[in-house]
Amino acid sequence: MHQHFKSSSSARVAAWGIVFIGATRVAAAGSVRAPQNIFSPVSTPATDIHHLSLLVLAICAAIFLVVFSLLVYVVVKYRRRAADDDREPPQIYGSNQVEIAWTVIPILIVVVLFLAAARVIHAVEDARFPPGTLEITAVGHQFWWEFRYPGYGFITANELHVPVSESGHPTPTHITLLSADVDHSFWVPMLAGKTDLIPNRRNEMWIDPHEIGTYLGQCAQYCGTEHAKMLLTVDVQSRGDFETWVQAQKAPAAVVNEVAAGRRVFETTACVNCHTIAGTGADGKFGPDLTHLMARKTIAAGAAENTEENLRLWVTSPDAIKPGALMPAMQLPKQDIDLLVAYLMSLH
Amino acid sequence: MFDAQPLSPPIAVSPEQESARPLFDRLHEWIVTVDHKRLGLMYFCYGIIFLIIGGIEASIMRAQLAVANNHLVSPQTFNRMFTMHGTTMIFFAAMPIVFGFANYFVPLMIGARDMAFPRLNAWSFWMSALGGIILYFSFIGGSGLFGAGSAPDVGWFAYAPLTSLAFSVGHSTDYWIIGILVSGFGSIGTALNVLTTILVMRCPGMTLNRMPLFPWMNSIMALLVLVALGPLTAAQAMLLIDRYLGGHFFDTQAGGSAVIWMHFFWIFGHPEVYILVLPAFAIVSEVIPVFSRKPIFGYSIMVAATVTIGFISLGVWAHHMFTVGMTSYANAFFVASTAAIAVPTGIKIFNWLGTMWGGKIRFRIPMLFCIAFLGQFLIAGLTGIMLSAAPFDWQLGNSYFVVAHFHYVILGGIVFAVFAGSYYWYPKVIGRMLDETLGKWHFWLFLIGFHLTFDFMHIPGLLGMPRRIYTYQPGRGWDIWNLIVSIGVIFQVAGVAIWALNVVWSYFKGKRAGKDPWDAWTLEWSTSSPPPDYNFATIPVAHSRRPLWDLKHPEDPDWKYE
Repeated sequence: MHQHFKSSSSARVAAWGIVFIGATRVAAAGSVRAPQNIFSPVSTPATDIHHLSLLVLAICAAIFLVVFSLLVYVVVKYRRRAADDDREPPQIYGSNQVEIAWTVIPILIVVVLFLAAARVIHAVEDARFPPGTLEITAVGHQFWWEFRYPGYGFITANELHVPVSESGHPTPTHITLLSADVDHSFWVPMLAGKTDLIPNRRNEMWIDPHEIGTYLGQCAQYCGTEHAKMLLTVDVQSRGDFETWVQAQKAPAAVVNEVAAGRRVFETTACVNCHTIAGTGADGKFGPDLTHLMARKTIAAGAAENTEENLRLWVTSPDAIKPGALMPAMQLPKQDIDLLVAYLMSLH
Repeated sequence: MFDAQPLSPPIAVSPEQESARPLFDRLHEWIVTVDHKRLGLMYFCYGIIFLIIGGIEASIMRAQLAVANNHLVSPQTFNRMFTMHGTTMIFFAAMPIVFGFANYFVPLMIGARDMAFPRLNAWSFWMSALGGIILYFSFIGGSGLFGAGSAPDVGWFAYAPLTSLAFSVGHSTDYWIIGILVSGFGSIGTALNVLTTILVMRCPGMTLNRMPLFPWMNSIMALLVLVALGPLTAAQAMLLIDRYLGGHFFDTQAGGSAVIWMHFFWIFGHPEVYILVLPAFAIVSEVIPVFSRKPIFGYSIMVAATVTIGFISLGVWAHHMFTVGMTSYANAFFVASTAAIAVPTGIKIFNWLGTMWGGKIRFRIPMLFCIAFLGQFLIAGLTGIMLSAAPFDWQLGNSYFVVAHFHYVILGGIVFAVFAGSYYWYPKVIGRMLDETLGKWHFWLFLIGFHLTFDFMHIPGLLGMPRRIYTYQPGRGWDIWNLIVSIGVIFQVAGVAIWALNVVWSYFKGKRAGKDPWDAWTLEWSTSSPPPDYNFATIPVAHSRRPLWDLKHPEDPDWKYE
C-alpha cells in the first residue's frame, strides 16, 4: 500500500509537470496557435496584468513546492512499516512556536500580494488619458456588439478598429461600456482584462495596443442562448490605415444601380425595423448597422465568414448559423433573397 | 478518576426480526421518522441521487465540448445543462450530503441521543426534498402555457436581468426560484437544529473545549447557513415580485439594478463555499488523526482558524464581481479580504500535516482520500490566491480557469472528503466494512479522472476560453485540452460506479465491522454498529477530547495533558 501512495504523489507531480510544460509550450507558440492567450499581451493593461500574474505564479509555485514536498515527505517518512510494533506513536498535541511561524509567514506573503495587486488596480482603473485618446462606446446586445465612434459620427458592429498606440505618440482607446439588454463582458485577452457591460450602468475600460494585428475576443458573461457565438475582433491598424478606414465608414452607403431592386426588397420588408443603412430610409437600431457590411470579415458576430453563400444562408435561415439568434427568418421568396443578397454584397 | 460508562450495550432489533416485518411498515417508518440517523441517511442518499443526476448533466456538457463546433446538443439544451448542473450540485447534492453527515454524526460524537429538535429535523429534510422535486419538475412543466417543458437556462447564479420576464419567458426561472427557496427553508431549519444540538445537547463533561473538531466545524457551518441563506431567499422573493407583481428591483429597463442582484447572490454565494467546505474539513479532521495514530495537532488553533474563516468568509463576496466596474478602492478591499482568508486556511493544512508528522500512517481507503484531499486542496487554494489578485482575475474570471479552480475545491476538496467519510463511517452506519479492493479501484480511477479533467481544464482558461459556451471554433488552441478534459470524465464515472457497487455489495456481503473497526477515539465508536435507537443506553461522560483513547490507554490518558 505504501508503494501505491508513492506512485500517487509522483503521478500527481508528473501530471502537474505535463500541465506546466504544456502551458508554456502553448504560451510560446503565442498568438498563432492560441489567439486569446492571456500570456501574450500586446497592450498596457494586459501587459501589467501579465507582470503581476508572473509574480503571483512564482509565489504560488514556491508555496506549492514547499507544502507539497512536506506532504510527500510526511507520507513517506511516517508511513506505518511492516516491522512496526503495535505501539502508538508519541502523542503530540501541538506547538505554539510552530503555529506562530505558519501564521506569520503567510500573513507577510498576503501583504506582498495585496500591495502588488493594489498597484496594478490603481494603474489600470485610475489611469489618466493623453489628448490623442480615441473615444468609443461599445453596446452589448443579444448576441452582438455595437461599436459607436462618437467623435466621427458613425456606428459599426462586431469588428472594432483602433489605431496602434506608439510610445512616442500614444493613442490609447477609451471604451465606454453599455448594454441594451442583459449583462455581457468585453474580453480580448491579449489587449486587456475583461469588463462587464451591464444595463442601466456605465462601465469603462481602455486599451493601448502596441502591435498592429487582429486580436480575437468574445463575450465573457453568460447572456443567453447564443452567448457562445458573441465573438468580436479588434483590428489594430497603423495611423494611416485607421484614418482610411474611418473615412470609408463615414461615407453613406454605396449606391449601385444594378442592385436597386434588392434595395427595394430591403426597404419594403421588415429589415428596416432593425437595421440601419446610412443614406437610405433604413434606420432601425435593434440589429447591427449594415452601411458598410462588406467591409467586415464576418457576419453574425463572428459566427460565420462574410461570404455570399453565408449571407444567403443567414438571411434565409439564421438558425442554421446561430440557433437562437434574434434575427428572424423572413421567409422571403427565392428571387427576393437573390436580389437582397446582391444588394447586401454591394455595401462596401 | 475515569468512569468507564460510555460503552453502552446494544439494544437493536436483529436484522432477521427487521426483515420479517411487512415492507409497507418499514417504508412508512422511514417516511414518518424523526430519528437523526435515519434522516441523516436519507439526506445522504438524496444527495447522492442528485449527485448522479448532476454528474449526468456534466457528462452531457463534456461530450458536447470534447471537440470544436460540435452539434451533439442544441445551445438551449447545453445552457439548461449547466444551469441545472450547478444548481443541483450546490443545493441538492452537496448541501444534503454535508447535512447528512452532520445529522448522523454530530449527536453521536457529542454523546447525545438525537438532535435538539427531531420534528424540525424531519420537516427540514422534507422541505429540501420538495425543493429538488420542484426544480426538476421544470423539465416537464417549466414552460407552462408557452409550450413543452424545459428546465431553467439562466445559469446557477441567475444574473439579472436575464431572469426578468422580458428575457426569460415561461416558468422555468420560477421553478428555479421556488425550488431553491423551499429547500432554503429546510437548510435554515437544519442549521438551527445543528447549532442548538451542539450548544445544548453535549454529554456531561464535554465542554466546548473537549468537543471533537467535527461538531466544531459543523457549528460554524450552521452559523454561516443562518447568516448567508437569508439574503438569497430575500433576493429570490424580490425576483418573484419583479416577475409577477410589477416590482423593479432588478428590472434595469425601469431603473432597477443588475449589480444589486450580484451583491445579494454572492453575499450568499461565497459563504456557501465555506458552508460546503467546513464539513469537508470536519471529516478530514476526524480521519487524519485516527489513521496517523495521533491527536489533531493544534486543536485550539484549528478551532480558532475555523471561526476566523467563518468571519472572513462573510466579507469577501465581491471577489466574484471584480469585472463589474467597482472602484479601485472597493476592488482593493476585496483583494485584501480574499487573500486574508488564505491564512487560516493555510493554518489548517499545516495542522493536518503536523498531525501526520511523527505518526504511523495507515493507508486505508479513508486516509488515501484524505491525502489526495490535502494535495488537491492546496492547489485549489493556490489558484484561489491567483484569482484573488483582482487584475489577474480580470483575465481569469469567468474563464475555464475559474471553472477548474472551483471544481478543484468542490471535487478535489469536498467530494474527496465525502468519499473519505463514506469509507470511514459506512461500518458504523451499516455495520459492515466497505470492500478494500473495490475501494482502491474507486480511489485510483477517480483520482486519475479528476486530474485528467480538472488539471487540464485550467489551460483553455489561460488561453481565453470563457465558461458557459456551448461550442467553440477550432484554431484557438483549445481543442486538445477540451478533449483530454472530456476523457477524464470517463474515469470519474467509472470510479463513482465502483463506489456505488461497493456500497451495495458490502451492504450484503461486507465484513462485519464491530463497534470500533478503526481503533478510533470519538464517542460514535463506543456504541454498536449500527447504533441502536437513541444511540446510547447510558449517556457517556467525556473527560477529554478523545474519550475512547482514555479508555484504551488508562496509563496515558489525554485528560492529563489538556
